Amino acid sequence: MSIPITGEKAAIRIKQNVPDSVVVFDDTNVWVEVDKLLDVCSFLKDDVELDMQFLNSISAVDYIEYFELVYHLRSLRNNTTLVIKAKCFGRENITVPSVTSVWKGAELQEREAWDLMGIKFSKHPNMKRILLWEGFPGHPLRKDFIR
Amino acid sequence: MTEILILRSGFDFNGIYGFFDEFMPDSLDWLVFLITSLILAIVIINAVVLSTALLTWFERRLLGRFQSRLGPNRWGPFGLLQPIADLVSLLTKEDTIPEGADKPIFTLAPIVFLAPALIVFSVIPLHGGSFLGNLNVGLIFVIAITSINTLAVFMAGWSSLNKYAMFGAMRAVAMLISYEIPMGITVVAVALVAQTLGLSDVVLAQDIPYILVMPLAFLVFITAASAEMSRTPFDLIESDSELGAGYHTEYSGAKFALLQLTEFMAPIIVAALVTTLFLSGWRGYGPIPGPVWFVIKTFIVLFGFVWIRASWPRLRVDQIMGLAWKGLLPLSIINLFVVAIEVFIFNPGENGLSTTDLWIMTGVNWGVTIIAIFAIFNLLGQSKSERPVPVISPLANMYANTNTVKKITDLAEAE
Amino acid sequence: MPINTQPVTINLGPQHPSTHGVFRLRVTFDGEQVIDVEPVFGYLHRGTEKLAEERNYVQIVTLTDRLDYVAAMTNNLAYVRTVESLTGIEVPERGMYLRVISSELQRIASHLIATGFLLDELGAFHTPLIYCFRERERILEMFEMLCGARITVSYMRPGGVLQDAPTDFWPRLDDFLTSMPGYLDELEGLITENEVVLARTRDLGILSAQDAINASITGPVLRATGVQWDLRKAEPHEVYDRLDFDVPIGSVGDTFDRYYVRIQEIRQSLRMIQQCVAQIEPGPVRSKAPYFIRPDSVDAYVGTESPKGELGFYIVSDGGISPYRMHIRAPSFINLTVLRELLIGWKLADLIVIFGSLDIVVGEVDR
Repeated sequence: MSIPITGEKAAIRIKQNVPDSVVVFDDTNVWVEVDKLLDVCSFLKDDVELDMQFLNSISAVDYIEYFELVYHLRSLRNNTTLVIKAKCFGRENITVPSVTSVWKGAELQEREAWDLMGIKFSKHPNMKRILLWEGFPGHPLRKDFIR
Repeated sequence: MTEILILRSGFDFNGIYGFFDEFMPDSLDWLVFLITSLILAIVIINAVVLSTALLTWFERRLLGRFQSRLGPNRWGPFGLLQPIADLVSLLTKEDTIPEGADKPIFTLAPIVFLAPALIVFSVIPLHGGSFLGNLNVGLIFVIAITSINTLAVFMAGWSSLNKYAMFGAMRAVAMLISYEIPMGITVVAVALVAQTLGLSDVVLAQDIPYILVMPLAFLVFITAASAEMSRTPFDLIESDSELGAGYHTEYSGAKFALLQLTEFMAPIIVAALVTTLFLSGWRGYGPIPGPVWFVIKTFIVLFGFVWIRASWPRLRVDQIMGLAWKGLLPLSIINLFVVAIEVFIFNPGENGLSTTDLWIMTGVNWGVTIIAIFAIFNLLGQSKSERPVPVISPLANMYANTNTVKKITDLAEAE
Repeated sequence: MPINTQPVTINLGPQHPSTHGVFRLRVTFDGEQVIDVEPVFGYLHRGTEKLAEERNYVQIVTLTDRLDYVAAMTNNLAYVRTVESLTGIEVPERGMYLRVISSELQRIASHLIATGFLLDELGAFHTPLIYCFRERERILEMFEMLCGARITVSYMRPGGVLQDAPTDFWPRLDDFLTSMPGYLDELEGLITENEVVLARTRDLGILSAQDAINASITGPVLRATGVQWDLRKAEPHEVYDRLDFDVPIGSVGDTFDRYYVRIQEIRQSLRMIQQCVAQIEPGPVRSKAPYFIRPDSVDAYVGTESPKGELGFYIVSDGGISPYRMHIRAPSFINLTVLRELLIGWKLADLIVIFGSLDIVVGEVDR
């Protein structure tokens, strides 16, 4: 059975290696600073103990005051899962470091997050709209999107 | 013209010419010639087009059987009138020419495509002589005329101003020219054994069908010919899953009907040629007349073509070229070489090779065929190379943190 | 004199026989060789995730049918498992068995479609495709007995399945299970040892295990690279931990492996269904769950092994009757990440075959 790594265990491990990155954690999730996201992700991937080689999915959620990016990670070797979250505040021109350099699998999912939720990823190789056409007004999955 | 045509009796050029010549003054010989030619042309064209229509029905019904479905069965008895329904459907479509297309060439291409196919039938002997005439260089004539359709395909592809059509046309030129060569060399072997270039004489020389005498030549010819008419596994000119439709992407209406007609005519031409060259043409046994034998043999070959079409995937363009140059060309040269030596040894006189000679050749050639094909398969074949045994990658372990393994053994013990 | 050549750019699609729906590949060719590929999609985008925000949890089941429209059962399963994980609704034993039986049948149907269309793209004139569709038809007829629908089944509900299987379903299933292995042998006789198929698919579009994991590839495409990873084993849900089955893997990671892994998975699925039929016992199929579900938890992500790969739903709840946000991790969509690397350098004919071997469904790519 896949075992979710507890937020506490992961948070301690991350704190030790990437200082000032963890904001808060609970049973299952770890919230990290947006600016440190790339460092945290590359640490999680290369760390022998956590070994998060596999990026399951990137979801973006609109909480009106802020957007939350949810990274579901998985270690295929240890059969464990981990959830990393990052809050980014503001409505316009939100930029988050892209993790495509860590996991190539993020490429299309980050484009999707930009297209539907309007979160821009810096240093993404091909930051274009993916499901909607260029010039579509707005980002439809935002809660303030008006049809 | 009359000198080239060696005329024979019956419903052929000579018979009809003689019929009209009786009550026409000598000064109107040219008119008699014209009338005779026109009658024969109309008869041949109608016969060929009708048999093509029949073939479309035959092929579709047969494919239906192969694919466990019915095929066309609504229109007429057993769906026999389906080709007419298709024709009406095609002819009532709007005839479009794409903007920017090279209009004269675009219009000319279907005609250039169709004409050689019809011309070939003028020399194919259905019985005794041929319909139009027994050309004493029939083999060369057939090879020469059928090469023209390469040009037509390229004209159609080029003038359409469509990238898919252009892809199809480019492939066509590369492939058709490559396959002409083994086909031509095989035909040379046939001419060597028959000691003639006339198609009727080839049939008359076949005391033993050449499929037995030269099995290797038969295999090479039939492979090259199915490439020439671009049917599976060589149908990359119009490979529907890659190019949509290939060179006739932009065609519609009557022009498309002409292209399709020719395409369905090609198997009949090839089957008729195979029958003539390798299956001893109209010659048969018992009271059944020659033309019936010819048609029966032709349809057996056509059945084979449909069977191949129903069961084989398509080869890639470089593999097709590789097969032509690495597989068929050596095989055809081996065949020609062996046959030439045999003919040299037996040294036929005026009457050609005797039946005994042919039986000896049959024995030798079967041995050569088996060895040659075995060698080529070993060189080019796929199923010999072994694949590595799957090894579980160390990058993942789905049994970590799980007690599934234990549970399975528990279940086994409980049972 | 050197011949002047220039690359040609072709739009393969959106309307093209081999793009599995409305999918477009902007390909640059140097002669027949692919030098650049850019997938363009979204033609079938229906905004499923946005629609889900305005429906209640039971209504969303019908939306999930339309994701991967050749494997609706497994979509249902993935969704209802997420809702159950969010709310803690229990599923009765018989309901779990019926779920496994129906989703394994769906896996067979989906793999048959993948195989059939792959062969169609290889140029076999529809014969293997129609053979595959003939067997798939029997599965669809069984689905019709289960729930009245063939493609968009909507068979599963949070807390079980819609209804119990009718009594004449079981003889049909037995008949299917006994005849299917023979049919598979027949299909393999036509395909697996075929000289042309081997020449066209072997060593074509090789994907390494490392690349596949890095690009989040899942499903048969991942297993073909030699990575033995199957969520039915790694995260046994429903009754998969009571079933004895193997996870087939490929040796090289080429197109042939992707095809062959699917064929082997069909055999394993048949094994699983056989065990389920032996183990299933009478009982309720659906537990009492309210129509308007108001989850207690905040969010849940559950991944399920669908025929295409890991189909995951991430549902965020604000305690209301409909999800606050539903994100779908669509395996077809994410498997396209490697498309560009796989295709570059191959020929036009190979492009179609490699693309077909990834087995995407545009309904799931575009959502």
